Amino acid sequence: MRYSAVSLLRQGLAGQTGWPQAWRSPEPKKSYDAVIVGGGGHGLAAAYYLACVHGMRRVAVLEKSWLGGGNTGRNTTIVRSNYFFPESAAIYDFALRLYEGLSQELDYNIMLSQRGILMLAHTEHDMELMARSVNAMLLNGIDVELLDAKQVRAEVPLLNFAPDARYEIHGGFTQRRGGIARHDAVAWGYARGASGLGVDIIQGCEVTGFDIVAGRVTGVQTTRGAISAGAIGLAAAGHSGVLAGMAGFKLPIQSYALQAMVSEAVKPILDTVVMSSATGMYVSQSDKGELVFGAGLDLYPSYAQRGNLPVEREVIAGMLEMFPAFRRLKLLRAWAGLVDVCWDYSPIIGPAPVQGMYLNCGWGTGGFKAIPAGGWMLAHLLATGQHHPISAPFDLSRFETGRLIDEAAGAGIAH
Amino acid sequence: MLLIPCPWCGPRDEPEFKFAAEPALRPTSDVSDAVWADYLYLRTNEKGFHREVWSHAGGCGQFFLLERDTLTHTIHRALKPGEPS
Repeated sequence: MRYSAVSLLRQGLAGQTGWPQAWRSPEPKKSYDAVIVGGGGHGLAAAYYLACVHGMRRVAVLEKSWLGGGNTGRNTTIVRSNYFFPESAAIYDFALRLYEGLSQELDYNIMLSQRGILMLAHTEHDMELMARSVNAMLLNGIDVELLDAKQVRAEVPLLNFAPDARYEIHGGFTQRRGGIARHDAVAWGYARGASGLGVDIIQGCEVTGFDIVAGRVTGVQTTRGAISAGAIGLAAAGHSGVLAGMAGFKLPIQSYALQAMVSEAVKPILDTVVMSSATGMYVSQSDKGELVFGAGLDLYPSYAQRGNLPVEREVIAGMLEMFPAFRRLKLLRAWAGLVDVCWDYSPIIGPAPVQGMYLNCGWGTGGFKAIPAGGWMLAHLLATGQHHPISAPFDLSRFETGRLIDEAAGAGIAH
Repeated sequence: MLLIPCPWCGPRDEPEFKFAAEPALRPTSDVSDAVWADYLYLRTNEKGFHREVWSHAGGCGQFFLLERDTLTHTIHRALKPGEPS
């Protein structure tokens, strides 16, 4: 069903009883042309683009728990493309441009709010490095602006401009096209779009092994039976290493817990996204009014989907230092997602060491903003067996050739 | 909060420690790029039982081997370097 004012009116008159399910939940078939492991944003987007761009309809997405229940439903919903290296700017801006048209394309409101994203500089040295980053980003074609302290104060007067502030604000830079989107809606919109084009979305179906014959993958073993596949895409974020282990190879990835939290809901007080290089934290206000915030990783390997108190305390202390007015707010919830961090803080997209298998992983702490691009690139690989020009630099081989895309310092956020 | 048993200082709170690496043997310098990349970058990244090198950075400064579960965060035991496991 197409969602529109007419369908809303019609369903309203019918007592809201006629809405169909947004996507089908079929039994898995014995065989597909392509199987995607992981029903988060990246996997669902890949399935959608496989069907609508490449015309492949015998496609399945296998999700071990529920759709969008991993990092897609656990992130702080920030979208941006303010990256230092040309390769990164190309892929993240491709994602942002797709996000800009996604609500219309999917006929599903992803609530994209391009409210801008402001990164703070706290010393003169920060400002000099920031000017360098901003110049690089401008050369990459990204809409960023360097701001002085007065301009930052005019944009976000709530920030701590007190004379005794621990982290004095010297300025910052903003990307006006950055902002936030409704994370669940991105997963649900892609799922609905893919399902409508014939893709089977199978929840509660965990992959337990791969069938590999003479170095080529021919299918997957799952908790709901064996499924043969012409090509397999892995989009499992923090669990990519587990899948790689099943297929007999290792990845340059370490999984960590990344915490996020929300405050109680309050009236509109913050109309942009703010990040700080000194405290490493980022905060925005959701449409419900909650402050959504997070910062660095719990820096030891974890599959626990929960973090620990020392980091939570640091995150909150960082936010209160930046926004003293927030100190009376109550914390509503805290949680964590499993992030798959690469050594150069750039993703891995490309063929796996097993033939017929393709990787989309290593997005680390920033996978949500990249969902449309990650899906597009994985779909291209699954359909053609070849890299899209934008994904080629992110091939797994870069760790052997040494041609890393080192966004650890360049990505504009603290890790 | 993890309570980590430093083999020298006894149990201390998590913020005193730093996770360092999965243990690995450094290959000789005449190996192929693939072997070198494996040593530098590839990880088993185990879900469950995991052997790790940690340092008591905010304490005695020593490195040690920690046996830990990455799914439950259970700490099994800590070993001094060279201590037979």
